[in-house]
Amino acid sequence: MPIAFVLNFLESIGHSLYGLFASIGRIFIFALKAVSHILMPPFFARITLKQFMDIGFYSLPVVGMTALFTGMVLALQSYTGFTRFNAENAIASVVVLSITRELAPVLAGLMVAGRVGAAIAAEIGTMRVTEQIDALVTLSVNPFKYLIVPRIVAGTLMLPVLVLIGDIIGIMGGYLVSVHALDFSVGSYLKQTYEVLESADVISGLVKAAVFGFIVTLMGCYHGFNSGRGAQGVGAATTNAVVSASILILIFNYVLTQVFFS
Amino acid sequence: MSADSKNVPMIKMSNVKKSFGDKHVLRGVNLEVQKGESLVVIGGSGTGKSVLLKNILGILEPDEGTIEVDGEVTTHVRGRARVELMHKFGMLFQGAALFDSLPVWENVAFGLIHGHKMSKEEARAVAIEKIKAVGMGERVADLYPAELSGGMQKRISLARAIATNPDIIFFDEPTTGLDPIMADVINDLIVKCVKDLGATGLTITHDMASARKIADKVAMIHEGQIIWAGDIKDLDNSGNEYVDQFIHGRADGPIKKHSDLAA
Repeated sequence: MPIAFVLNFLESIGHSLYGLFASIGRIFIFALKAVSHILMPPFFARITLKQFMDIGFYSLPVVGMTALFTGMVLALQSYTGFTRFNAENAIASVVVLSITRELAPVLAGLMVAGRVGAAIAAEIGTMRVTEQIDALVTLSVNPFKYLIVPRIVAGTLMLPVLVLIGDIIGIMGGYLVSVHALDFSVGSYLKQTYEVLESADVISGLVKAAVFGFIVTLMGCYHGFNSGRGAQGVGAATTNAVVSASILILIFNYVLTQVFFS
Repeated sequence: MSADSKNVPMIKMSNVKKSFGDKHVLRGVNLEVQKGESLVVIGGSGTGKSVLLKNILGILEPDEGTIEVDGEVTTHVRGRARVELMHKFGMLFQGAALFDSLPVWENVAFGLIHGHKMSKEEARAVAIEKIKAVGMGERVADLYPAELSGGMQKRISLARAIATNPDIIFFDEPTTGLDPIMADVINDLIVKCVKDLGATGLTITHDMASARKIADKVAMIHEGQIIWAGDIKDLDNSGNEYVDQFIHGRADGPIKKHSDLAA
């Protein structure tokens, strides 16, 4: 009896691992196929432009609000923490480095995963379920080129832009709290911000953003494209898109940080 | 077209098999459709009718057997050649499958704009002509699919299927979900469109009224094989008890509606 139990246990572990590796393989093939279609004409310029608006422009409020409040709370938290060590002067550095290197790309990536990744999975999933993807094929249009390439291109190019704007808004949030609520002098706060900030900090954050943009749109497209049947299938696809994108963002954030700063 | 092309069937399936895991959906299908002929494949739900269509279209690839379209083997054609091949096909989907992000006219003109690289103005003119051909007014052109009733969506989907003047048109359960009058309207349109274009039609349905109206020839699929094929006029005296049971809609007979759950 105990042996059977152990065997069952091992079998279930093996089964999940097998499933995991199988999906990693499928996602990898899907990504390769998408990238190959990005490089080969024909291109759908007008549809790609629309995705730039949907994914980029319309995510501005979400990303802007996230960055603003993150910058503000960062200044406030560092102040209450750092006064214990008489290190209040480090606040400007903490804000600028945390925002540009980590918080703007990661939080923007997660917010966009929720907003855009979910929308992509739901839309493409519904198209799969209602045979609209099959209809594209019968009308001689490759669904990868028409549906997937525009979204992945827009996500990969627009997330760095969003993060750059988020950097500025986040640093401004920290500045507003420091100067207006914590009575820092304008001159010394700005001076410190300039002195600490290096282009490598911003650029590393933007590279991360591009990777996260690729991940979010890829996961949205992959799960939508392989959606199961009916409303339940589309619901599951949407959940999987957001969860897998969020986890991959956190994993790749660590990997990229290791690559950039070690 | 060569001189002997009359004898080449438009669609020929030889021993086509397709399985999903251990579910053997097509178990060696043999089927021929002649040029300009309208073949209706009848059969119950889950007998492999949709899979049959998708294999010809190339959305699914057969595990075994060959498919020929107009004399050319197309079983494993992919990439650009497959895109070219798709120009020959038009399809009316069961749920219409209109693109809900595009207005009606762009739906109809989609294949012309993206597949045939026609200019938008020209494509719009053709689209409106096709919208009229399915008995709808020009004013629906700028509406969105969600603003149309189910029957109207089917008609627009038919307009989209015939917009590029395809050689072969597939109809997937064209009357399912429609009221009897609208179903008959669609049947008339299908007959008219196929005849007007001189196209070859392949319909799958379990609606016998529709089959009798559309078909020149009928084939019955059961458990993944074609068990009877012949002229529509011979349908009532086919001498095949499966066919008899199906066309009269009887619960008793050789066809057992065993569900997978019952076992």
